[in-house]
Amino acid sequence: MQLPEPDPDILSRREEIIAGLSALFPPERVSEHVIHDTASMRVFECDGLSAYRQLPLVVVLPATTEQVSQVLSFCHDGGIKVVARGAGTSLSGGALPLADAVVLGLGKFNRILEIDYANRCVVAEAGVANLAVTDAVAPDGFFYGPDPSSQVACSLGGNIAENSGGVHCLKYGLTTNNVLGLKMVLIDGRVVQIGGRHLDAGGYDLLGVITGSEGLLGVITEVTLRILPLPEDIMALLLGFPSVVAAGDCVAAIIGAGVIPAGMEMMDRPAIHATEEFVSAGYPLDAEALLIVELDGPAVEVEYLVKRVQDLARGAGADYTRISQNDEERERFWAGRKNAFPAIGRISPDYYCMDGTIPRARLAEVLTRISELSAQYGLSVANVFHAGDGNLHPLILYDANAPGELEKAEEFGAEILRLCVRVGGVLTGEHGVGVEKRDLMGEMFSEIDLEQQQRIKCAFDPDQLLNPGKVFPVLHRCVELGRAHVHGGKIPFSHLPRL
Amino acid sequence: MPAFIPETEGEAADVVRAALSDNLSIEITGTGSKRGWGRLVAAEVDLKLSALKGIECYEPEELVLTAKAGTAMSEIEQTIAEKDQILAFEPPDFGPLYGFAPGAGTLGGIIACNLSGPARIRSGAARDHVLGLDAIGGRGEIFHSGGRVVKNVTGFDLSKVMTGSFGTLGVLTSITVRALPRPEKLRTVLIFGLDWTRAGEAMTAALQSPHDINGAAHLPGGAAALSAAGYVAGAGGPVTALRIEGPGPSAAARCAALRTLLATFGETEELHGHNSRILWREVRDVAALLPDAARCLWRLSVPPASGAAVTEALIAATGGAAFLDWGGGLIWLAVAPGLDASAGAVRAAIAECGGHATLMRAPDGLRAQVPVFQPEDAITEQLAARLKTVFDPSGIFNPGRMSEGR
Repeated sequence: MQLPEPDPDILSRREEIIAGLSALFPPERVSEHVIHDTASMRVFECDGLSAYRQLPLVVVLPATTEQVSQVLSFCHDGGIKVVARGAGTSLSGGALPLADAVVLGLGKFNRILEIDYANRCVVAEAGVANLAVTDAVAPDGFFYGPDPSSQVACSLGGNIAENSGGVHCLKYGLTTNNVLGLKMVLIDGRVVQIGGRHLDAGGYDLLGVITGSEGLLGVITEVTLRILPLPEDIMALLLGFPSVVAAGDCVAAIIGAGVIPAGMEMMDRPAIHATEEFVSAGYPLDAEALLIVELDGPAVEVEYLVKRVQDLARGAGADYTRISQNDEERERFWAGRKNAFPAIGRISPDYYCMDGTIPRARLAEVLTRISELSAQYGLSVANVFHAGDGNLHPLILYDANAPGELEKAEEFGAEILRLCVRVGGVLTGEHGVGVEKRDLMGEMFSEIDLEQQQRIKCAFDPDQLLNPGKVFPVLHRCVELGRAHVHGGKIPFSHLPRL
Repeated sequence: MPAFIPETEGEAADVVRAALSDNLSIEITGTGSKRGWGRLVAAEVDLKLSALKGIECYEPEELVLTAKAGTAMSEIEQTIAEKDQILAFEPPDFGPLYGFAPGAGTLGGIIACNLSGPARIRSGAARDHVLGLDAIGGRGEIFHSGGRVVKNVTGFDLSKVMTGSFGTLGVLTSITVRALPRPEKLRTVLIFGLDWTRAGEAMTAALQSPHDINGAAHLPGGAAALSAAGYVAGAGGPVTALRIEGPGPSAAARCAALRTLLATFGETEELHGHNSRILWREVRDVAALLPDAARCLWRLSVPPASGAAVTEALIAATGGAAFLDWGGGLIWLAVAPGLDASAGAVRAAIAECGGHATLMRAPDGLRAQVPVFQPEDAITEQLAARLKTVFDPSGIFNPGRMSEGR
């Protein structure tokens, strides 16, 4: 993976840029807002994909939309690149700094501005942590749907940039399905409000295209999110199977029966053992595959569906069934799954988490192939995944200190993602492309497809100053992309049916 | 105007390329059932996608369907109904609003207009159910976006910007949508006799409850009297309707709980499957409840808690007729054409409460004078104009459909 060559001109202007940015803040508070000594910048050198590190040119931490506007305007005028950063929990290197770019951190945007129960929405600043929204409205019987595993820390602005999911998006959707509006600063410093407390856009769906754009289109400072009434009841089933095929059959049977659980998670044997050792969730250690199926909704419905899922699981060959008797037990079922990453971190010096999505029906085939690849590369894999929507998280175990292992893990990971695309799936289900999967985009999209995506970039950021080097393997210049194709000769209409 | 009716994506792309090289603009239609919506398009070539049709792939176990853009919605709905599945965004059938027979619409039309029905409040809009699509861009090239799986964040979400772009950014040729299981039971709780304010409050209370409401509408007496659902028409006054779907025991229990919750609002009644289906189809398709085809029709999306007050004020200001869907968030307003179809009053109301208003139906002359879509602020307008330019540099697709120049 290569980042764009740093611009020597920008590097040489570093002192001047720091001074210029510092001038945007009250003199007595500059040290809170502009960070430029190496030691202090160290915490910004990577995000959740810590295999890649790079010190930024300088870090700016504005506290208001107006300050963000001034920072971007300054950078725009000076031709300086900008990498926006929320909590830095991206797993794809979306917030990885560049040597010649300003990191614009939104950590000071930490206030929930308004809770509007009549319109069932919350307005919050972009740096607020995902879980803080649910925490704020839960006492009044509401919650915010998307719940990425990093929800204690990850920021709402980052959630929008990455279109984050979570274990419950099977029923409640990804971020894109739960955002009503946002305030965003464009690279030239202008502030735009898109959407609001109403549904749908009047014109083009800019909200839809900004969500998931990985910081390439603008800097989000404020969001309006849809909140939902908390379900009356939640229950979970813990189901053990003698094979991953049987567990896969059970997932198909549940969906086939018309049941859409709130969440449906699968773990394979290595993941079961690693997590059980870590949190003692009470998982059956003789199972080859484990399913956690969570059902929520009106109490009668949950009771009815639990029974139904239990029957379907038995039919699919489940040889272990436990139904949560209370919230505490349900949370224990989840404890292992939610701690899967740290649990794997305990048994292996390093791990590399993949994020492809596949059609559910191809699950057994893909898992078989992954274990063949695992043998071929000599690297172990533990699989945890969102079985309901086919989103796989194979965790490749490796040791970064062993020469060549990181490269081997990356090559193995790329192989898995190519496999996902080959069976009709996609490169990333919820972690984003970032730098990590950037060079694999060609596996899924043609050059024409990618050019069409980049045209959106040109409409928002024609000078391509925002988060360059992410998402697209080759960043075409907008002049090039804007050109209409010249047609040599006329294409005859004659063979077409005509009125 | 020469019309082309391609049968394949390749032929459609040939038409676009030929039009490009001859510098001709294109009006894109399916069956033309919603041609009366939007600004008038003055194009030189008519590209009809009605023969670019057929379900290409339907995998009920994967909850996914791919069909060519010209495929009739009726065919899609019938096909998936055989597997007890539905399109959860509840696509409406607006053909009758424009003088077409029911069932004329195509998948391409629904997606190009981002149309969803009463279930929008719970299940999302059409754009939330589009997993991927193929389209012909403004250089005559075929591009593809998204995929066939629900969970996908690979690259920019082109499908979102194409959905609801009214054919101004490209020609949709093939679309992949989510199919979802049909809920087992359908029930509707009716509350009788509420005025606008109380109806708004009742819908808000229902939507704040954990009873999982997936439709919330309010019909004033005049609209209710037109319903083919007996209990609704026979109410002799306004009817507020709340829809509940799910497994049998759940639907029954939630109906009972909802009636208890709303008892303070007034007398309640319960509609079962058959009558519920009739009522929600009427709410979804609008024409039966606001049948005067000579009137102009507005569709306003507003913050739901503002809906009742805005509606009442607009009726007073325009002398129009109206009803509410989306728990108050969607206002359907029929007004006399007059000089500007009451655009002044409607736009002023939106400026006050936020949201957007679209003039869904009006005589040609009015649609040429009154902005059909919600005017945007200067920055949004510029972003939209730039998107149009980069997607369609020669400006050949549906020129002027959404606003001057795009």
